[in-house]
Amino acid sequence: MSVRQGLLALLADAPMHAYQLRHEFEQRTGGTWPLNMGQVSTTLDRLVRDELVAPLDVDADDVVRYHLTHTGRAELERWWTTAVVRSAPARDELSIKLALAVSAPGVDVCVIVQTQRTETMRALRDLTRLKADLPASGWTREDLAWSLVLDHLIFAAEAEVRWLDHVEARVARATDKGIVLAPRAASGELPPAEQAAREHVADGGAR
Amino acid sequence: MSPRATGPVVLALRGVTRVHGSGASQVRALAGVDLDVRLGELVAVMGASGSGKSTLLNVAGGLDTPTSGTVTLAGSELSALDPTGRARLRRRSVGYVFQDFNLIPALTAAENVALPRELDGVRTRQARREAHAALSEVGIAELADRFPDEMSGGQQQRVAIARALVGPRRLVLADEPTGALDSVTGEDVMRVLRARVDAGAAGLLVTHEPRFAAWADRTVFVRDGVVVDGTGERGGPEVLLTGGVR
Repeated sequence: MSVRQGLLALLADAPMHAYQLRHEFEQRTGGTWPLNMGQVSTTLDRLVRDELVAPLDVDADDVVRYHLTHTGRAELERWWTTAVVRSAPARDELSIKLALAVSAPGVDVCVIVQTQRTETMRALRDLTRLKADLPASGWTREDLAWSLVLDHLIFAAEAEVRWLDHVEARVARATDKGIVLAPRAASGELPPAEQAAREHVADGGAR
Repeated sequence: MSPRATGPVVLALRGVTRVHGSGASQVRALAGVDLDVRLGELVAVMGASGSGKSTLLNVAGGLDTPTSGTVTLAGSELSALDPTGRARLRRRSVGYVFQDFNLIPALTAAENVALPRELDGVRTRQARREAHAALSEVGIAELADRFPDEMSGGQQQRVAIARALVGPRRLVLADEPTGALDSVTGEDVMRVLRARVDAGAAGLLVTHEPRFAAWADRTVFVRDGVVVDGTGERGGPEVLLTGGVR
């Protein structure tokens, strides 16, 4: 998440001081990513160093207001007109957990999937409830911003539920085909998935 | 949305099993399903195609009869009624919403909504009055005189929701109600369905879209005719405090 570009976008509207910037940032992104003053100050310092932002004036309380420079405006324009780069995927605990589960002894992948789907569905429902609290019509700019942020979280949760459905079907098919899902447990006993798969193969075959 | 649903149970399924066919071709569409839907509660059913979720909806509405187990609708057990009684109970207690709206093209919105009441034996003027009230509740009172082909998909689906809950009907069974709608319109329809349930109805919703199921108080997942897991009872507002958003 880019605080740097976010502050540039806010300063394009009007000159602001650091507290105003923090307040506006949270207002306009639905309060989902709270900033602390340290982040705002550090980012402002860097923006000033890079000549994207400059101090405009100082009020009676010695508070500095900042404004956008020409270079800053050009940098912001570039941000609006180029796509956000989706680089290497972030390390995701759930995908790592499932990847390890299919090869771990004595682990029932289906149970992991069901437990996770329930949890993700619950999160999706809670996000949807937040959206239901928005008025049905007559939105303010803040309502619209908040709804877009919520929608992002909602679509991401939905994608996870769909992916979990897919994992469940994939694992079921792999088991049907007699693919052994887990190595022999240390105790020498077979994990349930492997036991089932082996019995299936021993029974003589493909369904 | 309402707090935790504590209203009376409108629909109760107990040990419901439905077997299609016999012998080697026998298919067990439902296998021992228990489910309660209370007044003020919207329950979503999810599952892959062939999981049994459509059978569940048909059995719940009395359109299909379980092989074993009981379905209790508005306090009456369906299997205890004769076919006429069952049909009457079904007609007066349950409304349906389908993916493709199923409005009668030759009737206006108000006439479509009034029709079930006229079939109930209510006089035309009273049925019209109730239809207008039902259309107001779904936010389209001004479209009462339009024909289905003069309305958008989202508007038609609102008419269908109004028709499903017109008069004394308190249970709406919705089968993929957002299936023919774009994402934003689908959301509007779910908002209306949610509001109608909150205002005093019960709903059972079959969908394959998690985003729309999320408008329900809880979601049950069906696989091979069995409810495998569910999101459980809806929590109070405290669930939002731990979520890390707003």
